[in-house]
Amino acid sequence: MLFQSILFYVFSAVLLGAALGVVFARNMVHSVMFLVLTFFQSAMLWLLIEAEFLAIVLVLVYVGAVMVLFLFVIMMLEVNVEAVKRSLVRYAPLAAVISIIMAVQLVQLIWVRGAEAGASFAFAPTPEGYDNTKALGAVLYKEHVYAFEIAAVILLLAIVAAITLTMRRRPGLKVQDISKQVSVRAKDRIRVVKMDSEKRS
Amino acid sequence: MIGLQHYLTLSAMLFVLSIAGIIINRRNLILLLMCIELMLLAVNFNFIAFSRYLGDTLGQVFVFFILTVAAAEAAIGLAILVVLFRNRRSINVQELNTMKG
Amino acid sequence: MYSYYLAIVLAPLAAAIVAGLFGKQIGRTAAHSVTILGVGIATALSALVLYRFVWGGAESENISVYTWAVTDGLRMEVGFLVDRLTALMMTVVTFVSLMVHVYTIGYMHDDPGYQRFFSYISLFTFAMLMLVMSNNFLQLFFGWEAVGLVSYLLIGFWFKRETAIFANLKAFLVNRVGDFGFILGIAGIVLYTNSLDYAEVFSQADAIAAQSVSVLPGTAWNAMTLICILLFIGAMGKSAQAPLHVWLPDSMEGPTPISALIHAATMVTAGIFMVARMSPLYELSVHALGTVMIIGAITAFFMGLLGIVQNDIKRVVAYSTLSQLGYMTVALGASAYGAAIFHLMTHAFFKALLFLAAGSVIIAMHHEQDIRKMGGIRKYMPITYWTSLIGSLALIGFPGTAGFFSKDLLIEAVADSHWAETDALVYWIAYLSVLLGVFVTALYSFRMFFLVFHGEERMDAETKSHLHETPWVVTVPLILLAIPSAVIGWVTVGPVLFDGYFGEAIVVDHAHDVLAHLGEHWHGALSLVTHAPMTPVFWLAAAGVLVAWFLYLKRPELPGKIRERFQWAYNLLDRKYYFDDLWIRGFAGGGRKLGAFLWKKGDEVVIDGVLVNGTANTVGRLAGVMRQIQTGYLYTYAFAMIIGLTAFLGWLIWLK
Repeated sequence: MLFQSILFYVFSAVLLGAALGVVFARNMVHSVMFLVLTFFQSAMLWLLIEAEFLAIVLVLVYVGAVMVLFLFVIMMLEVNVEAVKRSLVRYAPLAAVISIIMAVQLVQLIWVRGAEAGASFAFAPTPEGYDNTKALGAVLYKEHVYAFEIAAVILLLAIVAAITLTMRRRPGLKVQDISKQVSVRAKDRIRVVKMDSEKRS
Repeated sequence: MIGLQHYLTLSAMLFVLSIAGIIINRRNLILLLMCIELMLLAVNFNFIAFSRYLGDTLGQVFVFFILTVAAAEAAIGLAILVVLFRNRRSINVQELNTMKG
Repeated sequence: MYSYYLAIVLAPLAAAIVAGLFGKQIGRTAAHSVTILGVGIATALSALVLYRFVWGGAESENISVYTWAVTDGLRMEVGFLVDRLTALMMTVVTFVSLMVHVYTIGYMHDDPGYQRFFSYISLFTFAMLMLVMSNNFLQLFFGWEAVGLVSYLLIGFWFKRETAIFANLKAFLVNRVGDFGFILGIAGIVLYTNSLDYAEVFSQADAIAAQSVSVLPGTAWNAMTLICILLFIGAMGKSAQAPLHVWLPDSMEGPTPISALIHAATMVTAGIFMVARMSPLYELSVHALGTVMIIGAITAFFMGLLGIVQNDIKRVVAYSTLSQLGYMTVALGASAYGAAIFHLMTHAFFKALLFLAAGSVIIAMHHEQDIRKMGGIRKYMPITYWTSLIGSLALIGFPGTAGFFSKDLLIEAVADSHWAETDALVYWIAYLSVLLGVFVTALYSFRMFFLVFHGEERMDAETKSHLHETPWVVTVPLILLAIPSAVIGWVTVGPVLFDGYFGEAIVVDHAHDVLAHLGEHWHGALSLVTHAPMTPVFWLAAAGVLVAWFLYLKRPELPGKIRERFQWAYNLLDRKYYFDDLWIRGFAGGGRKLGAFLWKKGDEVVIDGVLVNGTANTVGRLAGVMRQIQTGYLYTYAFAMIIGLTAFLGWLIWLK
């Protein structure tokens, strides 16, 4: 238990530090890297409360796909980072005030109100032979199979949308039209000319 | 002993940080998107913590879908960003005010 | 009798339709033949109806012909109430109408609108019969408006004349003022009785009189008084009582037969007839009767005065009509309904006669109407002269003529009325007005008579060379009208006024019944005639004739001097007490100014400017302010969401 607590605090500290890094990093590539770290730490923390499947998915999908996408875009766009970051300080007071107010609100909500409610907030131990992946799969494929299919469609939609948005047709680009190639007929390409033979000169 | 409150507090911290990030990095669209990812992560934390606390797997199903939608959102958001950059040679939010009333 | 009544009403209508719609095809002769036939049928049948009442002892009949609509228990019907009052009116209307039809053949001989004219006057006869024979208020109103419409059409018959168009519009508008009151009165009746039928309404009259109504806050008026006065406002318009009289003199722009038929003999008496018909209602409201009396007295005297200064032959007669209508109204106010109807009847004959005679003169003078350019016509047109004399004598009430009986008894009735005890002021106003009116009547009648028929010949030589008696179609109606004007009083005065001719048709409160009171001293027509020289009426009339003779025949230069001496009085009369100015400049002009004000300020500024465009502009301006919030920057919206979220959380945690 103590070990787990220590792990929690360590991971949390790294998580929050990485999040701070995301927000304040001068270089956007660094921000992405900090975000990757954040996701890793989150995955660790999720493992701590026995949500193994989602932890792995987070690493695979987010770190493996989404973050790479971010990196691609950043590197592709060669944004002038300095110009963008210039007025970073100007809104810092507003950010500080709002963040502090909201933090106070949330902490009060969790700790003070929670204590008033008087319930125990300890995690109950999972039942014997509990398999997170199995349980999640059972729920997902039995009860929420339609939602699951819709999620798949959403992802397809995202693919189509992303391609449609980013694809551009450059003029003068030579492309093949397969159906036209297949349906071509001889008379489209060659002309048979009938002519009398000529006299030998 | 680590309980629900600890996870909730952590999620709250993450959320507040991402809000601060949105305010501070208001000029940079990519960073805004990243901060939104952070916010979604905070939300996911809450779902998973409550799922564990209540012993109900449904919360994790929600996280599953949030991850799906967030991935789609990131993909489309970045695609829009690319088109935007291609058209205006900039992703500075300050220059994007064609919707001004 | 049912089919007779239908025939009486429908024969003129059918004739009017034939002559009006197919006038071109059937030609002139057929047009006047068919209309005269239609009106002739109506006249004959009306006379038969009257005969059955007088000698056949027929009972009055109340027939419902057709139910037009029933709504919420309110029956709207077409029906006939034929009683002795109706029968008398029907006979007078159809007879005068027939005379006018015949006369028109001569008068309108050269007019291009010949068939149209005949169609109109037949239509008028139909409308007037509908009005008179009605057994309910709806049909009464229909007839009321229909005669108004035909009057409008006929005043503007010569529609190419600017003045005729002005006059018919004026008549129509002034009548609208009256009709507004009339329809409000009918609405009041429906409100209190939920019925339009005369018999039903009369049976509930006491219930109406028991209620009071608060028109203005803090006032409590008797419902019956209100209804009666509203109905009388309608009568004021139709019967041209002051101050709604202004249309009648102008209506002389129409052809003379119309002046005779509509604007002297029949239509203008509709108001008198209506009040008499409503006698069961009027008897229950002393205040309404008082109003009627005062209005009538004012009209009788002051309109007569105007006749003295008029130079248009028809206008003189028109003012005399106004004055005589005032007399009838006074009689109504004195509860002497019988006297009013009796005077209506005699007046119809002699006034139609006077108008037709004036028309005859006008034909002979080639449509010259100014009496200053006439004179000495007597020897050229003997028939017209003698018939005019009879008409004028009847008008001033020369003993023995029809007008004498009706007017003398009317004045007697006023003198003897209950007002002497109940309200001395009303009594003396009315009594002095009718008494002095006799002098004025004699003065203007004989002024005109002398100027036209006697004295030096002032017309130009051209006209004079053509001056001769008018054709028989003109003179025969004159003679036929002159006969009743002269003698009808002898035979009818006793039965109509004192022997209970009207029976149940007219209801008079016992305390008001002045005719019954007079009847106690009634010794026959002859005795009345022989007593005439002992009444002030006779001497006043004689004085009027003498003054007219002195001023216009003996010393013709005197009127001019008098006019110069009393310029202000002359101006006052010449401008008709400025009533025309009051109506045209005051009300019509004021109305137009108000309209222009409402248009320019109310409509353009307030509604268009402030309400319509103002709303749009305000929305636009507000939107302009709100627009500033929309910066178009993504982060503004994000901040708004974040701050809103924080505030909402704060409210949830700390305040709730």
